[in-house]
Amino acid sequence: MVKTFACSFTATNLDARNGIASVVEHLRSLGLQAARVDEVQIALTEAVNNVVEHAYEGKPPGDVRIRAELSPERLWISIQDAGAPFPNGELPEGKPADVTVPADSLPEGGFGWFLIRELASQVQYERAEGSNNLSLCFEIQVTSPPAQV
Amino acid sequence: MSLTTTMTGEAQIVKVNAERIDAAMAIQFKEDMRTETESGPERVILDLSEVQFIDSSGLGAIVAAMKQLGGGRRLDLAGLTPMVEKVFRLTRMDTVFNLYSSLSEATAPAGANS
Repeated sequence: MVKTFACSFTATNLDARNGIASVVEHLRSLGLQAARVDEVQIALTEAVNNVVEHAYEGKPPGDVRIRAELSPERLWISIQDAGAPFPNGELPEGKPADVTVPADSLPEGGFGWFLIRELASQVQYERAEGSNNLSLCFEIQVTSPPAQV
Repeated sequence: MSLTTTMTGEAQIVKVNAERIDAAMAIQFKEDMRTETESGPERVILDLSEVQFIDSSGLGAIVAAMKQLGGGRRLDLAGLTPMVEKVFRLTRMDTVFNLYSSLSEATAPAGANS
């Protein structure tokens, strides 16, 4: 059985916070493991932050649409916006930040794509009809031993 | 964003009275930390026990708060909740800061728990 739900909000930091909170609530109510929901929340927040900060940069904030599709094995979350495409039409590589540098040279940003790629099992991106469509996949495992069937 | 400062003998404890340090409040946090720690002891302990969620903007703001202390002072982190700890661990920032599971552990006399 596949369960789907969707929400949309304006691409501002505060609306994004509330929109993501509603997605997280929904996932919890569907019985997803709490630790997994935490990871989804981290990755989804980074993806939406990017839309707010980059896709609609220098423009009035447009809409962000989130759609979730939960099957027994995996959760797909798609994030759609009508802002600027990614530079060169490609997703950032998301390299880990170098934390071995002297303290005064430590990075204060650029962690977002690393976190997304670390937490999502698959990332897909499509630019179509003036919209960015980013999809993140999360495996839903029954991890807690012993597995109850 | 609300920060509360307590001075102990050797350290300044700054408690974050917020459930999240995210993109909506990262800049405010950084500025408030600057005001709060403008002068004071060498060691500053950031009490994060109320913070349930942090994103990369919040993480960057904590790094910035550490950097703006300058070379002779240090920022230690105490009371990390599971999600906050996870973000620090994933980004390897757990290797940059001294992390303490609680404020009492952070303020325990050196060697008391070794």
